[in-house]
Amino acid sequence: MTPLVFVLLAFLVSVAAGTLGALLGLGGGLLLIPALTLWFHVDIRYAIGASIVSVIATSSGAAVTYVRDRLTNLRVAMVLELATTTGAMTGAYLAGRVGSKALYIIFGVVMAYSAIMMFRKLGHEEDRPARRAPWADWLRLHSSYYDEALAREVPYKVSGTRIGLGLMYVAGIVSGLLGIGSGALKVPAMDLAMGLPLKVSAATSNFMIGVTAAASAGVYFMRGDIDPFVAGPVAVGVLLGAQAGVRLLGRLESRSIRIVFVLLLLWVSVQMLLKGARG
Amino acid sequence: MKNVERAISNVLRIGVLASIGLILVGILVTFAHHPSYLVTPGDLDRLTHPGAAVPRTVGDVLRDAAALQGHAIVALGLLVLIATPLARVLVSIFAFRAERDRTYVLITSLVLLLLLLSFALGGILG
Repeated sequence: MTPLVFVLLAFLVSVAAGTLGALLGLGGGLLLIPALTLWFHVDIRYAIGASIVSVIATSSGAAVTYVRDRLTNLRVAMVLELATTTGAMTGAYLAGRVGSKALYIIFGVVMAYSAIMMFRKLGHEEDRPARRAPWADWLRLHSSYYDEALAREVPYKVSGTRIGLGLMYVAGIVSGLLGIGSGALKVPAMDLAMGLPLKVSAATSNFMIGVTAAASAGVYFMRGDIDPFVAGPVAVGVLLGAQAGVRLLGRLESRSIRIVFVLLLLWVSVQMLLKGARG
Repeated sequence: MKNVERAISNVLRIGVLASIGLILVGILVTFAHHPSYLVTPGDLDRLTHPGAAVPRTVGDVLRDAAALQGHAIVALGLLVLIATPLARVLVSIFAFRAERDRTYVLITSLVLLLLLLSFALGGILG
């Protein structure tokens, strides 16, 4: 493979990763790291460096539109970022102090459980029990968004703010510790515990992952893990792919997005369990 | 709230467009300086394995980019991309302040503080 062919192929794979990431509220590293290392034989350090850049690219690229169209719940994002950043710091502190083998198994199980719970909500997109939500009231988290597929405004109430904060702290620890899975935990937390519509959960998760990734990207850069020749084409591909993901999210029905998300969550869960089992 | 959304969306758009532009120019410059990259398969290993030209400090990036080195121009685009989420946190503080929303000025400022702290800690520990 010549360097030119590599740049073009890495770009194309990244467009796909960016589309999927923007649609589901994930970083896209799940797809990119194996593609870069297995297909293109990129050194794992540089693959991880490129993947952290891809998280920022998915987040910022998609958020340009999600924020403007009010799919992102900005207040929810700001409040929860308090927990994810604290969690990420805890995770960075714990890294090397706890065995990652057990963690992979624990979170593999957590993700499988989230996948089942999210699947059970299929067909109940708009059933939201009216719960008391004093924190969400005080923080003015309730909002509405325009659903393109339904062609109408969908109002929603947020609840479970404290549980959400707790789950986001855990999601932050996992991403700080294992470097993956933060979006895969954030979306279920918002969907299941806080009662946000799935599209809002995906857009808000998407918005949040960029900030945490930016903090770690600084460190990766100083360590010399971000190779411009690898991360450059990846960044451009992901940024363009994210635009396609944004359009898809608007047009698809929530139930279709839910099915894709559940399948991906199961796949990640199996990957984590295998990693934990092999050590 | 509309103004906050517009401000954040605009900051992100500027960051994204600037980084795409810089990265594309950098890639073109790289290939213009090294025509052999277009045809020689052997060069790829050198570029994607340890020992590749990877700048580590902002100073390196700026100096080499000013000297029109392709990889440094790409790296500059990547730095702009990395800085974009931080810029959007900063801008949202001001946007919430313009709305006189003190609760969210406080929350967003705390997020920024935590981010800077984790960045500093990462620099020490990493």
